[in-house]
Amino acid sequence: MATTASRSGARTIFRRPDSNTGFWGWITTADHKKIGIMYGYTAFTFFILGGLEALLLRIQLSQPDNVFLSASEYNAMFTMHGTTMIFLFVMPVSAAFFNYLLPLMIGARDVAFPRMNAVSYWIFVFGGIFLYSSFVFGTTGPPEGGNLAEVASRLGSGPNGGWFGYAPNSGLRFSTGTVMDYWSIGLQILGLASLISSINFIVTVFNMRAKGMKLLRMPVFVWMTTVVAFLLLFSLPIIAVALFMITFDRNVGTLFFDPSMGGDPILWQHFFWLFGHPEVYILVLPAMGIVSEVLPTFSRKPLFGYPAVVFAGAAIGFMGFGVWAHHMFASGVTPITQAAFGLSTMAIAIPTGIKIFNWIGTIWGGKIKLNTPMLFSLGFVGMFVIGGLSGVTHSIVPADWQQTDTYYIVAHFHYVLFGGAIFGLFSGLYYWFPKLTGRMYSETLGKLHFWVFFVGFNLTFGPMHWLGLNGMVRRTWVYAEETGLGPWNMVVTIGAFIIALGVLIFMINWTWSKRNGPIAPFDPWDARTLEWTLPSPTPEYNFAVNPVITSLDDFWHKKYSEDADGRPVRRPEATALLAEYEEVGLNPPEPIHLPNPSYYPFLVGVGMPMVGYGLIYDNTAWGIPLLILGAVTIVGSFIGWGVEPLEEPHADHHSDEPDHEHPGTDGEDS
Amino acid sequence: MSDVAHADGHHDVHEGTGIDNRKLGMWVFLSSEFMFFGALISNYMLFKGRDYSAFMPTGQSVLLPRGLYDIPFTSVSSFVLLMSSLTMVLAHDALVSGDQNRTRVWLAATGMLGSVFIGGQVFEFTEFVQQGMTISSNPAASAFFMLTGFHGAHVFFGILMLLSLYGISKRQGGLTEVQGLNVELVGLYWHFVDIIWIVIFTIVYLIP
Repeated sequence: MATTASRSGARTIFRRPDSNTGFWGWITTADHKKIGIMYGYTAFTFFILGGLEALLLRIQLSQPDNVFLSASEYNAMFTMHGTTMIFLFVMPVSAAFFNYLLPLMIGARDVAFPRMNAVSYWIFVFGGIFLYSSFVFGTTGPPEGGNLAEVASRLGSGPNGGWFGYAPNSGLRFSTGTVMDYWSIGLQILGLASLISSINFIVTVFNMRAKGMKLLRMPVFVWMTTVVAFLLLFSLPIIAVALFMITFDRNVGTLFFDPSMGGDPILWQHFFWLFGHPEVYILVLPAMGIVSEVLPTFSRKPLFGYPAVVFAGAAIGFMGFGVWAHHMFASGVTPITQAAFGLSTMAIAIPTGIKIFNWIGTIWGGKIKLNTPMLFSLGFVGMFVIGGLSGVTHSIVPADWQQTDTYYIVAHFHYVLFGGAIFGLFSGLYYWFPKLTGRMYSETLGKLHFWVFFVGFNLTFGPMHWLGLNGMVRRTWVYAEETGLGPWNMVVTIGAFIIALGVLIFMINWTWSKRNGPIAPFDPWDARTLEWTLPSPTPEYNFAVNPVITSLDDFWHKKYSEDADGRPVRRPEATALLAEYEEVGLNPPEPIHLPNPSYYPFLVGVGMPMVGYGLIYDNTAWGIPLLILGAVTIVGSFIGWGVEPLEEPHADHHSDEPDHEHPGTDGEDS
Repeated sequence: MSDVAHADGHHDVHEGTGIDNRKLGMWVFLSSEFMFFGALISNYMLFKGRDYSAFMPTGQSVLLPRGLYDIPFTSVSSFVLLMSSLTMVLAHDALVSGDQNRTRVWLAATGMLGSVFIGGQVFEFTEFVQQGMTISSNPAASAFFMLTGFHGAHVFFGILMLLSLYGISKRQGGLTEVQGLNVELVGLYWHFVDIIWIVIFTIVYLIP
């Protein structure tokens, strides 16, 4: 293997990490696939937490005049349920897919900035831990400090201003203590992680594509990733400014949202929704991308109207910035504004509709195989249509006035974000499970998961439509017996527990199949995109030889030609080709350099909550020292990183046997 | 093996856009920064023209940022900052022509001019506070301090980056080709911060 001589030349503080396996292998990795897997597991852990919070909410609401949770506990639960599901589950689990798949789908060995990728992950992890530590350290009462018993009595108070953090409720007047500081600073940290990864993905997509992979030959999933990255790039700075404003209002004495001093609470809503509405598409576009990969594969047809799907996705991205005030129809914006935003909201249904018709066109006349990923993708299309239609009813201003802040709106966005995003993401988890683990999942358990999930989902969020129209309002912890809302609420709660059962089935399936499932072939679905040309699980270097692309769905066209009726006919040479892919994939003809592992991304992450605690407790003796220590950790890590070389010769990766001679001389043509 | 192309075997980076990854990354980052300052500027513009007299204790007058500006002073410090863009270009130019000493001189000069600008801002802030306008006086003052403060923080980070380039160059006796790109990246960032200042200076200080 290659020499390690150059290591002495590297100037570094710590001994360079060099393990690719084990605990430190995961902590220090810069491999996009490992980071993707860690993103996935971490996000799923938060999904469990957010789900448990939802169950507590549903137990409280299962019958009228319930006393299971207090009002303030209820506030903390619904705030953290929303915050968790959006910022700690759907966004990072989408990032898990981006990380794992994006380089594979565009034929790259890695992302543009491998260690930045690791930084993004660690900032996300520590931001999430910081946010959740508010349940332990956060206070809602006015004075801080006091004796230990007093502090202990406040344990269990989390952020309680809603995931939307509406001012002035999130300001000092109505939210004393520190819990909303945890919320605003925690989101700031999480936003930083997303910003870093979005820059990384954009550069990766534009610079790292394989030869011949033109923009309109990229898989739809890659396209949707790109749109999401741009949405993040342009919307995160706005929420960053808004979060700075609320943090400063609470800690520095600025007056942005304090109406008693001339501040403007509606400004918070403008800034928040100018981020928050694009955020909806940030959450759902990755799922749309997944569905656009799964439907053609299991219908055995190309995606109907590929350019239309791509351009509709881009159009949704652009228009997503022009509709934010439809979240504010009931907060006193002028009639002209209402009319304009009502119209733009209706207009955004057009590209969404284009996509839906393209998906239906893809299934139409296809040879459909109803495997689990396909079921979840079909579930996505169905549920998303319902959610989309109820969404259009909100663009009609008078109707919105009736529906807003009722359970009708809760039903709407859960049909979009649960029935849409989460069904799509589960579809992707099953679809790429063989590539990820090298084994097949249990189809029986997978289908059971889908049907339990599907029934539970509709039982939970379907009745919310009429609960809302019958006047059940959001964000209150109790309702009276006389309203007659009790029975349907009980149904909803039962539905929520059925969903939880579905998640349990998924977890059993995943953990069992990962170890005991049948060994997966490297192209189990007879799929269309480049990642299926790689061995399962994918080796660290991804591509043994860099692919050259000649058309959209290049891999498919290598396997199939068309007969006179346009039906696919398997090429005779396909089997030999697949065998060759597998053979070469495991035995690259030449050694491949990869970025080295590094401690510094992890350390940057460690510094983040230190700065956060320092900011919150700047009035105590240890606040400022901790703040400085955190800043030094972050800056020092970046400096250490700056002088650390990215690649070293000893990081060669070729075959599993180090002294194995390169066999691939026959691959040297072209 | 006609379908599988041969690779050069290394962690190869062929850039689709023809722009280096790091440079493209910087451009993408800066496009995000435009949104950041856009939000801060619109925030200031929203609050600057409002009437806050109703919220003041009786007998006190409203101190707004626009009543306190010393335009000649800020014009001079703005000029200093704009000149630092020139020295930044000269630093890059010196590096391209291979003159490491001259590169260091211009890098240091850029950092120096940036520091003078920050010094001016600190003086200005102290002056305003002494005249009675603090960050808690009214939302317009809050927005002013936040906008110009964040710009100052950006200049500060730029100075840190310049200093580390200077330090690396001093220690190694010059910047390598790879690090040379860093000069260009810091230059991009520095010009961005200058351009934003032109916008801030015009909108905040000059337009009544």
